[in-house]
Amino acid sequence: MENSYKNSRRDFIKKGTRVSLLLTLGVVGGIGARHLTTEKYVWQIDPFKCTQCGRCATSCVMTPSAVKCIHSFDLCGYCDLCGGYLKPDANQRSTAAENQLCPTAAIQRKYIEEPYFEYVIDEKLCIGCAKCVKGCTSFGNGSLHLQIIQNRCLNCNQCSIARLCPSEAISRVKASNAYKVKGSFTKEG
Amino acid sequence: MLIFALLIFSLEGIAQKQRFPKPEFGTGYSQPTPVTPEPRALALEYTDVFVLLIVLSLASWIAIKNRSRKKMVWLSVFTLLYFGFYRDGCICSIGSVQNVALTIFDPGYAISITTLLFFLIPLVFTLYFGRTFCAGACSLGAIQDLLIVNPLSMPQWLRQILGLIPYLYLSLALLFAATGTDFIICRYDPFVGIFRMDAAFHMVVLGIAFLLMGMFIARPYCRFLCPYGVLLNWMSRFSKWHLPITPAACIQCKLCSDSCPFDAIDYPTDEKLVKKRIWGVNRFLVYVILIPIWILTGGFAGSMAHTWISKANSKVYLAELLIRNPEVQNDEKNLDVQAFLSSGKSMEMLVSEATIIRQKFYTGCWIAGGFMGLVIGMTLLNQIIFRTKYDYQPDKGNCYSCVRCVSYCPVK
Repeated sequence: MENSYKNSRRDFIKKGTRVSLLLTLGVVGGIGARHLTTEKYVWQIDPFKCTQCGRCATSCVMTPSAVKCIHSFDLCGYCDLCGGYLKPDANQRSTAAENQLCPTAAIQRKYIEEPYFEYVIDEKLCIGCAKCVKGCTSFGNGSLHLQIIQNRCLNCNQCSIARLCPSEAISRVKASNAYKVKGSFTKEG
Repeated sequence: MLIFALLIFSLEGIAQKQRFPKPEFGTGYSQPTPVTPEPRALALEYTDVFVLLIVLSLASWIAIKNRSRKKMVWLSVFTLLYFGFYRDGCICSIGSVQNVALTIFDPGYAISITTLLFFLIPLVFTLYFGRTFCAGACSLGAIQDLLIVNPLSMPQWLRQILGLIPYLYLSLALLFAATGTDFIICRYDPFVGIFRMDAAFHMVVLGIAFLLMGMFIARPYCRFLCPYGVLLNWMSRFSKWHLPITPAACIQCKLCSDSCPFDAIDYPTDEKLVKKRIWGVNRFLVYVILIPIWILTGGFAGSMAHTWISKANSKVYLAELLIRNPEVQNDEKNLDVQAFLSSGKSMEMLVSEATIIRQKFYTGCWIAGGFMGLVIGMTLLNQIIFRTKYDYQPDKGNCYSCVRCVSYCPVK
């Protein structure tokens, strides 16, 4: 008799604790649900905030980085003397390797018509080092810029590049509008 | 005159935008469009939640009804392949703790419904069926569980001391997440690099070290680090159903006693070892009185450390660096300083932001330290509480419901 009483008391305490734990979970879930979103968010770089520090190439959890250079052709001046393609001290305006700024030769220079050249990024080769972006932004229109390529990005809980980005250029954006390509995306504020 | 000046000004504005305007091509050149591949579809995220639900239900069914270790192994193989290698170890419930903390303390951060579900579902399941999540649905658990070779038994005092680490890790993770500093659980996840086959060198070393260690000390991460395990442990202690070792009455044959690689089987109470009751009561009272002192000491120690801990926040670190060593402003190689200087933000703004963050750390460190004090006090108190046990039974808090012990039981 005494034993069954003891057991029922233990069961009661256990059940009570279980219910209160369940309630706690409900409350935590409820507080969390205040800012609930059914939209998917992904990481993206604001090209106007980017300072081309080069950390995108080294800080991503992926090798090579999920960040790559994107060329927004609308803004390109199709220059022969391209600040993003050629080294500042290049001795020739040619496709010779020693003249190229890109360490992996990921930019293809193609003659269109006098005196214009087209520059296309080979995404497979690009490592996101931003050397061309720096050149293009400093000497040209800034049509070359970095973006996080969303089918490569693992969408980490905390982007390891964003953590180290000195200019806070990386933030979460809605997946339905996952890119900030210059031209269609303009400077905020 | 004014209009003319305005005109020049606006022209200048346009010219600044486009130093070299796009040419008009005569040869009918059509420009390519930049390739922007879409991210992973939202529907697939919901699939993950669905898979988690299925795997958890199966794991609970195997643990409680079916009791087959073989099936549990196959389930963990599936989990390892799906949540580990296919999903690259992300999304996982362990990390979701931080998202929940961030969304509670930062109104600007919206948690996604999948993350919230990944946080809640395993806890609710554990509250009813025990830690079946650890047995079958956690990719980090699966990779360690499958590599157990020759588990060694550890003395209880060592397990108790090492068992404090998850509490510390959890409080630090919550502190860093709530202040928007960092997600340390994700960053120092030792196995995610193995899942992705790609990680920084020190993380690869850490991951392999954990796996090698795990051959002899079963599931080292789960037992002595996992911060989510703390919550699962609390839930599991009060679980409604739990994997029983024996299907009927225990005959005390001791066959199961060393079957558990995690030392998670409670033995029947040895009457000889139970201390004299009156002495136990006195010690109990002393330990209860000590608990508030532990909490205060912990909180005080935490608040003392808050200046140091808050340096993990990049803003606080930068502000302090600029105040202590103003000469770094001339250091061209310091990217953070240079980016701050070129951002046009004033020093006062940075300092006021850093002060707010440090204030948050002060409060947070008090709470985290107090919590650690409470944990230490409760651990000590648990040393002297004897609940008489008559049978060999799983320690519900620490048992992962891996179903290994079941086949050792001769009772049918």
